[in-house]
Amino acid sequence: MTGSYILLESLLKEEVETIFGYPGGQIIPVFDALYDYKDKLNHILVRHEQGATHAAQGYARVSGKPGVVLLTSGPGATNAITGIADAMMDSTPMVVIAGQVPTEALGSDAFQETDLVGITQPITKWSYQIRSAEDIAWAVARAFYIATTGRPGPVVLDFTKNAQNENLEEFTYQKCQFIRSYIPNIDIDNSKINEAVNIINNSKRPLAIIGQGVILANAEEEVLDFLEKGNIPAATTLMGLSAIPTDHPLNKGMVGMHGNVGPNMMTNQCDVLIAIGMRFSDRVTGNLKTYAKQAKVIHFDIDPCEIGKNVKPTVGVLGDVKKTIKEVYEKMNNNVHYEWINSFATYENREQDKVVKKEINPIDGRLHMGEVVRKVSEASNKCAVLVTDVGQNQIMATRYFQFSRSRSVITSGGLGTMGFGLPAAIGAKIGAPERTVCCFCGDGGFQMTLQELGTILQSKIGVKIIVLNNNKLGMVRQWQELFFNERYSFTDMINPDFTLIAKAYGIGTAEVNTSEELDSAIKDMFKDDKPYLLVANVEKKGLVFPMTPGGTDVTNILLEKKQ
Amino acid sequence: MKEKILYTVTIFSENQVGLLNQITIAFNRRQLNIETLSVSPSALEGVHKFTITTWTDKDTIEMVINQIDKRVDILKAYYNTDDELVFQEIALYKIATESLLKAGTLETLIRKYDIRVLEITETCVVLEKTGLYDETQQLFHELNDSIGVLQFIRSGRVAITRSRLERLSDMLADIEEKYKNLM
Repeated sequence: MTGSYILLESLLKEEVETIFGYPGGQIIPVFDALYDYKDKLNHILVRHEQGATHAAQGYARVSGKPGVVLLTSGPGATNAITGIADAMMDSTPMVVIAGQVPTEALGSDAFQETDLVGITQPITKWSYQIRSAEDIAWAVARAFYIATTGRPGPVVLDFTKNAQNENLEEFTYQKCQFIRSYIPNIDIDNSKINEAVNIINNSKRPLAIIGQGVILANAEEEVLDFLEKGNIPAATTLMGLSAIPTDHPLNKGMVGMHGNVGPNMMTNQCDVLIAIGMRFSDRVTGNLKTYAKQAKVIHFDIDPCEIGKNVKPTVGVLGDVKKTIKEVYEKMNNNVHYEWINSFATYENREQDKVVKKEINPIDGRLHMGEVVRKVSEASNKCAVLVTDVGQNQIMATRYFQFSRSRSVITSGGLGTMGFGLPAAIGAKIGAPERTVCCFCGDGGFQMTLQELGTILQSKIGVKIIVLNNNKLGMVRQWQELFFNERYSFTDMINPDFTLIAKAYGIGTAEVNTSEELDSAIKDMFKDDKPYLLVANVEKKGLVFPMTPGGTDVTNILLEKKQ
Repeated sequence: MKEKILYTVTIFSENQVGLLNQITIAFNRRQLNIETLSVSPSALEGVHKFTITTWTDKDTIEMVINQIDKRVDILKAYYNTDDELVFQEIALYKIATESLLKAGTLETLIRKYDIRVLEITETCVVLEKTGLYDETQQLFHELNDSIGVLQFIRSGRVAITRSRLERLSDMLADIEEKYKNLM
């Protein structure tokens, strides 16, 4: 059996069903073998390798299974860098297999050679070069183990062409369950649990912040039980959205730069801040010097690097939050904090009056992003998967979309990759074919990866794409308006007719300028499970509020433009 | 400004290609200069040991160590301050034979600095001194000022903790006991 067949057999042993890929010179032998596996492995031919990585991310985030990417060497591999870095920042399990020049040509600047292992070491959990067929099964097993355990992340296998062609008499595969230098399932320190329980029991004004770690650990139920038993109000990070249902009474919204006023203000009023599977990103904390200084901080995380990295906790509880939160839940007292929870209302009402109403029920006759998002969300019965691009569209979508189940938000949080949305939506739809997938893009980000409409055409991917078109790079324009004296440097966009592009790809489409047009287009969009591109021409000068300007105090929240 | 002191970082790794790159990435990202670096096989078969010194503060070194420790092929990373270690460096000095003889101070220097003479040729003499940084540096200044040094090289620090065993052996034994059914 050649190395190429060994690779594919190994993937089957890891229960891989879907591969996102693009062929090229140094991976031809694997693609040749793939020809014989058409009935077992669903290969999605993308239009650019970056698209393959984001699609794999979307697939992984919605399904919980690792995304698999297959590419050629050199430019194929370097095109994948953005997606690999994105997966690293957002802890997404992904296995990227890239072709490489033959071992004897390594280091000679051979055609389409690049030092992929060297390039990807800072942005992967593990990068490994397979130089012989004997290595393949071992490396694949390790790759899947590393990508999916502990804090998940991307792994790169740099697969030399000679290893793809070498013959082995026998194929044996053993799943990896242990690497002595990598122990992902850390023992729980019970003394830390007890300290945490003690602080939580005595708390008068607790606030929990839920990150994506809760979703990655499948700990949504445990966390909800914990919140309910302690009657603890909670907010999510951008990445933690959908871990608890939008309409749960203890869900106080989203924290961070464009989060909700309540939980951001209360961060500096609570007496105990309980961080669960989150990493105190600068987009969450703002100025660290004034962040939650009055509070005892309890930080639950699986990654030892995160505990104390940005915020020094009173107690750091290391471990899988599915286990640690359950332990805390079992040991803690029932509690009530009605007065504290009710005190969020003032901020909630202020945000409703100053921001939300204007955004979702605009009275200026123009279409607003928030309005489009909310209407699409309602039409999909709060059950859809939301995929976003990056920028104003991302914030509006995550603020106004509503969620009833977990794994419903796929967005580029850490890296903030424009162009992420469309390919990630493709992966999400393949990972959850029974769910409606709504992808919100701006006109800028959409054009960064719109070639993936070809993938939608070819593989018949029924995603609903909503372009919130303001003919601007809206988020940068917003900063220019608020902080750069309205010097709009290169943020205007002259766009093509997006509906014609959709038509060229055989995708249903509509362009809307008013609320009434929007309603009927949404109806049209959801009439079947086919792909659809809805172009919503929105208010050109729309601003995203609330906003905490970068680096300032978490409580320094702008609700409107200062006159 | 947080107080910077010299930390000695000890890293045990599997013997894999590309590990030094992974380690230096962690230093680069925190903008730390590596003062000295020394790599060799450790007392445990198949395990490599890196000894690195760097000037920084406690918070930063902790984060760098955590980042390094997190890499898959790293078995364990530690950091220590000088008081927890016995450490040594070695320096070689190449001097023109003629100048050295002319100076006539060789015996005094050998007695004062505990120098070893490694090689004497018609043209050059190579001297060796082991010691702490300040000691090898002092000899360099003295030789350079009085005689002239043609070449000078100092090794990275090698260090041993004051505790009895390599701490790693205990850790590995624990891991192997706990996970023996998976191995």
